Amino acid sequence: MIAALRAVLSRELTLASRIGAGVELGIVFFLILISVTPFALGPDQKLLSRLAPALLWLSALLATLLGLDRLLQADEEDGVIDELMMSEAPLELVLAVKALAHWLVTGLPLAVLAPLLGLMLAISPEAMLPLCLSLAIGTPALTFIGLVGAALTVTLRRGGLLLSILVLPLTVPTLIFGIAVVREASVGQPIATPLTLLSAITLIILVLSPFAAAAALRMTRS
Amino acid sequence: MNDFAPPPVQDAKASFWASLWALANPGRFMSFSARLLPWLWGATLITMAYGLYKGLFVAPADYQQGDSMRIMYIHVPAAWMGMFVYATMTASALGTLVWRHPLADVSQKAAAPIGACFTVICLVTGSFWGKPTWGTWWEWDARMTSVLVLLLIYLGIIALWRAIDEPLRAARAVAIMTLVGAVNLPIIKFSVDWWNTMHQPASVFRKGGPTIHPAMLEPLLVMAVAFSLLFAAIHMVRMQAEIIDRRAERLAMRAAAGEG
Repeated sequence: MIAALRAVLSRELTLASRIGAGVELGIVFFLILISVTPFALGPDQKLLSRLAPALLWLSALLATLLGLDRLLQADEEDGVIDELMMSEAPLELVLAVKALAHWLVTGLPLAVLAPLLGLMLAISPEAMLPLCLSLAIGTPALTFIGLVGAALTVTLRRGGLLLSILVLPLTVPTLIFGIAVVREASVGQPIATPLTLLSAITLIILVLSPFAAAAALRMTRS
Repeated sequence: MNDFAPPPVQDAKASFWASLWALANPGRFMSFSARLLPWLWGATLITMAYGLYKGLFVAPADYQQGDSMRIMYIHVPAAWMGMFVYATMTASALGTLVWRHPLADVSQKAAAPIGACFTVICLVTGSFWGKPTWGTWWEWDARMTSVLVLLLIYLGIIALWRAIDEPLRAARAVAIMTLVGAVNLPIIKFSVDWWNTMHQPASVFRKGGPTIHPAMLEPLLVMAVAFSLLFAAIHMVRMQAEIIDRRAERLAMRAAAGEG
C-alpha cells in the first residue's frame, strides 16, 4: 500500500513538472502577484508593510484555487480515477496524497519564499518567521478543503468558478488565524494562541476532508 | 428508483421511524401535505399578524433607539431561521446519505433557497437597523459577518444543485457539501467571533447587559414561531412543487422514449 501511495505521489510531482505546473511556475505566480500589488496600492512602504501578511495569505488562497479544478478532473477524464479506486490503497489516502502533491508545488514554495516576498513588501523582521510558519501550517488546510470542492465538481465541465464559491467560505477560519499569527508577532505579542488554533483547524481538516472527498468521488460512480 | 416500498418494521417502538418511512411514499406525502397545508398557512397568518401587531404597536419603544428597534421583530427571527433551516438541511443530508430516504433530497433542495432568503432578510434588516443606530449600513460585526458567510455557503449549495443535471447525483453531492458546511459553520462562527474581538474593543451589543423586557420578548417569541410556521408552509409547498416537477420530467422522458 505504501508503495502504491509513493507511486501516486511521484506520478503527481512528475506530471506537475512535465506539464509546466511545477514549483517554478508557482514561484513566478507569487512574484507577479506581489509585484502587481504596489501598482494597485501605491509604493507606500508603511501601507505595504501593514498589508503584507494579508497579501501573502490572499496569494496563497488564489494559488491554491487556481490548479484545483484540474486536480481530479484531468484524471477523471482519462480514467485514472477508476484505476485509483480499484487499487489496494484506500481512496481516502490516495486523495490525501494527491492533495499533498498539490500542496508541495503550491503551498510549500510560498511558505519558503515568504521572507523574500515579505522583504519586497517591507514586512517587519520579527513578523518574518511567524509568517513562514503560519503559511506552512495553514496552506495544507486550504489545499485539503479544496480537495473536497474538487471532488464535488469533478464531473462538471466548468467547475472552476463553482469550486471557488464552494471552497472560499470554508477557508475563513484558516485565513483569520493565519493572519492573526503574523499580526500578533508584528506587535510583539505571543503567537501561541492563534498558532495553536491554526494548527488545530488544519489537523481537523486534514483528517476529515479526504473522507468527504472520497465519498463525493464514489457518489459519481453509483 | 420508482420502488418506494417502506422497509419492514421489526420494532414496535420504531413507530416514529415507521411513520417517517410511510411518508417516504411521495403519493402519501402529497395527500398528507395537501391536508396539512391550509392549517399551516392559517396558523402562520394568525401568529404573524398577532406578533406584528404586538411588536409594532403594543410593545414599548426602546428608550435609546426609539421605534427603530422594532425591526428586531423581523431581524432576529430571520437570523434564527437562517440557522434553523441549515439544521433542517443537515438532517435531510443525513437522510439522503445514511438512510437514502427518497424525500430527504427533495426536502433539502426545497429548503436551501428559503434559508438563503431568511439570511438575506436578516442581513438587509440588519443593515436598515444599523444605519440609525450605528450610523453605518454595514459593520464588520461578528454576527453579521458570520451570517454573511452562512449566506455564501447557502449560495454555493444552490449553485451546486444547479450545476449537476442528474437529480440523484446532485442530491448526494449537495448532501456531502451540506455536511461539510455543518462541520465548518461552528468553527467559522468561533473564528469570526475571535477575529472580531481582536479588531474592535467591544461589541455594540452590551454583553451581559440588561436583559430584554418581557413586553418586548413576547412579540419576539411569537414572531419566531410565526417564522418557523412560515418556513414549514413554504417548505412543504416547495417540496410538493419539486415532486410534481420530477414526476413531469419522468413522464416527459417516458413519452420521449415511447416516441423514439
